[in-house]
Amino acid sequence: MIVKVLEERCKGCGLCIEFCPKKVLVFSERRNQQGYKIVALAFPEKCNQCGICYLMCPEVVFVKEDSFEK
Amino acid sequence: MSQLFRFPQSLKKTLFHYCPGCHHSLIHRLLCEVIDELGIREKTVGIASIGCSCFLYFYIDVDIVEAPHGRACSAATGIKRARPDLLVFTYQGDGDFAAIGLGDSLHSASRGEKFTVLMINNTLYGMTGGQVSPTTPLCQKTTTTPLGRDPQVHGYPMKIAEMLGNFEGVALSARVAVNNPKRVLSAKEVLKKAFLYQREAKGFTYVEFLSACPVNWKMDPLSATKYVDKLTEIFPLGTFKDIG
Repeated sequence: MIVKVLEERCKGCGLCIEFCPKKVLVFSERRNQQGYKIVALAFPEKCNQCGICYLMCPEVVFVKEDSFEK
Repeated sequence: MSQLFRFPQSLKKTLFHYCPGCHHSLIHRLLCEVIDELGIREKTVGIASIGCSCFLYFYIDVDIVEAPHGRACSAATGIKRARPDLLVFTYQGDGDFAAIGLGDSLHSASRGEKFTVLMINNTLYGMTGGQVSPTTPLCQKTTTTPLGRDPQVHGYPMKIAEMLGNFEGVALSARVAVNNPKRVLSAKEVLKKAFLYQREAKGFTYVEFLSACPVNWKMDPLSATKYVDKLTEIFPLGTFKDIG
């Protein structure tokens, strides 16, 4: 499973980057429509899907591929 | 843990209007996860209050009533008494629950009305620009206490969860925080317990969330999240009443 980043929801608060135990996430240089710097998976191979980014993200940015479209 | 990485079904896909790093939206998600896990989406009614959370009906896909400022507990009393089969929750801030609505809130608790209160304590009035609220800790700077809260002038902070622990009608009174992953998980457990107690008609259930307000605390999201640790020294986390 690859974690999907819903880029339009991201507000660039950085809580996921702070709490990620494997340091997978970084700020990318891109910005979304709201003007926030978005988070990106820099090292997806290091991700062990612990779910801490999902737990700490206030905006529900990290989801499974299939759970957002329903 | 099956909920991880699943977008909660009761949460609408609208983008949140909250500031970056605000814990409101995290608590919205926890609430939606609990509603989904208990399967009570079709018989839940929420009471939104005035404050940053007044647009609750944009985000949570259950029936929501907007109550006047501070009157959420009274509106919830009416709904719960008319339809005891529904599960009713109110979603209030500290300015709403503990300042203007203190009378309504305490009398609902002392009558033992069987609904759940989510109180989001960010220690100031967030929506109106960061004025002092009853739960502002001593020495905290706000727009109306620019030199810090002085007990001789502005009084002492009010500890609502401890106070409600002494009420006979209260079934559960707890204070939780959501500033690290462990606390998020335990906050969800407490919230779930509150809804279960309500379903068993045990009494008034109260869950207080210590929440970060980065903009009005004039901090960045990370330092605001860390500052909540400091707040827990003034407002200790824990369950102050649980009738089991």
